[in-house]
Amino acid sequence: MSVIANTSGTIAAAPAPFPAAVALEVRNLDFYYGTHKALNDISLDYLSRRVTAMIGPSGCGKSTLLRIFNRMYDLYPGQRAEGSVLFDGVDILDRALDLNMLRSRIGMVFQKPTPFPMSVYDNIAFGVRLHERLSRAEMDARVEDVLTRVALWKEVRDRLRAPATGLSGGQQQRLCIARTIATKPEVVLLDEPTSALDPISTARIEELLDELKRDFTIVIVTHNMQQAARCADRVAFFYLGNLIEVDTADQIFTNPREKQTQDYITGRFG
Amino acid sequence: MGATSAPGWRKNPLATRRRASDLLATGFGYLASALLVIALCSILWTLLSQGVAGLSLAAIIRPMGPPGSHGGLANAIVGSIIQTIMSLVIGAPVGLACGIYLAEYGGTSRFAGTVRFVSDVLLSAPSILVGLFVYLVLVAPFGHFSGLAGAVSLAILAVPIIVRTTEDMLRLVPTAMREAGAALGAEKWKVILMICMRSAGPGVLTGILLALARVSGETAPLLFTSLGNQNWSFSLDKPMASLPIAIYQYAGASYEDWVALAWTGALFITFGVLAINIVVRFGFGRQKS
Repeated sequence: MSVIANTSGTIAAAPAPFPAAVALEVRNLDFYYGTHKALNDISLDYLSRRVTAMIGPSGCGKSTLLRIFNRMYDLYPGQRAEGSVLFDGVDILDRALDLNMLRSRIGMVFQKPTPFPMSVYDNIAFGVRLHERLSRAEMDARVEDVLTRVALWKEVRDRLRAPATGLSGGQQQRLCIARTIATKPEVVLLDEPTSALDPISTARIEELLDELKRDFTIVIVTHNMQQAARCADRVAFFYLGNLIEVDTADQIFTNPREKQTQDYITGRFG
Repeated sequence: MGATSAPGWRKNPLATRRRASDLLATGFGYLASALLVIALCSILWTLLSQGVAGLSLAAIIRPMGPPGSHGGLANAIVGSIIQTIMSLVIGAPVGLACGIYLAEYGGTSRFAGTVRFVSDVLLSAPSILVGLFVYLVLVAPFGHFSGLAGAVSLAILAVPIIVRTTEDMLRLVPTAMREAGAALGAEKWKVILMICMRSAGPGVLTGILLALARVSGETAPLLFTSLGNQNWSFSLDKPMASLPIAIYQYAGASYEDWVALAWTGALFITFGVLAINIVVRFGFGRQKS
């Protein structure tokens, strides 16, 4: 792993002389939708403060895996996971785990922007109030801080009290990212966050990821291979519920080890 | 239209037939719509032409009285307002809670299915049966008619309407919204009340107002419950006047001034209901987008 982490060091921004810490440690993970097995024996490490992209054709299990990390599947009876996912020394599959606590530490951004039907300000304050008691001034500061970090502050500073649904799609998605990081998570999960956006909004979100990985571990599911190549430090390729290959983005896109990976990234997939 | 004779432009007999049946179906649609509009307009016209005669300040501010005493409808108007509002105070929380249960918790379970079925049956239940039921439960045991019994019978009619609209409106809230709330670490009840209900709000409010409109014209259930009253009555445990009962009572009378007041009362109810519908249509329709 450390060798891989260093070969990605063609980018000057990642000069880490020691191997990056592991944020999420997936071991022998199986997942079932009822009787249908959607993930087979996945073992994979997600490095701290790196962007890991998960790619693969529809139905390969990448979104399924992402939704395990914040136990989203718990909302639906009949879905279950077996194996283990270690996060900060705890197995997040543990039934006794406090899910609201877990979700405040591992946030998620969805495919379509999901602004709540309230003001821009309240969209951010809603999540923060669930976990912290802040004074008015502290909340104002937090809102400004996260909006600045997603490069939205200048655009919305005069309409903080206006409904968030009035923002454009790209602004809404940045607001959702701001809302997610406002609870100060360690990991941010993104499920095809730009697939509903135009190219310019997409580019802004991709720039944002570079910024955010200084503070957060980022896991992104994407159908867009250019996006994975542009944003990710590491890329994991999934096919039919199996992890085929995981490596640095450079390695995956220029010299993949597996033929299936090669076929997929060159678009020769049947 | 014969502009060209090239073979590619020759009319296809199949297309001609389709066009004919399209014309026929469209024509029938227009006819049916016209009938509906004509029916509504003729009702409104009859009401206006007959009711305006009795329309006077006295009709609004004076209580009902014996024939020839220049009585009005004030006590009936106030009684109707009290009873319909009370019916919402009782019915709206029950209907909302039930709708939320069906949409967010019950799902496809057997119990939820039963509740949904019962609610739908109640939606089309004859209102006179509801009146009889409340008579047996709230009137007969106490030995007297009461405004409260009237409000309860109206509430029973309002609940299924509110249940249905609440459930339908909540189901329109995208699943992604619930997941986004949960992903922030919010408990389920917070997601429902603070996100889903807010999103469904205008629709749910519309349902409540439609229930109000529906219930305000009901007569049959009130006959057995609040009975009606010739005098002012503000107490919920006494018989209470209401517009529909006043119309029922006056319309069949042989005194000319009573009949005129019945028309005026009908005018009040109809335009009251119309006003509610217009508020629903334009007040909330616009906000939604």
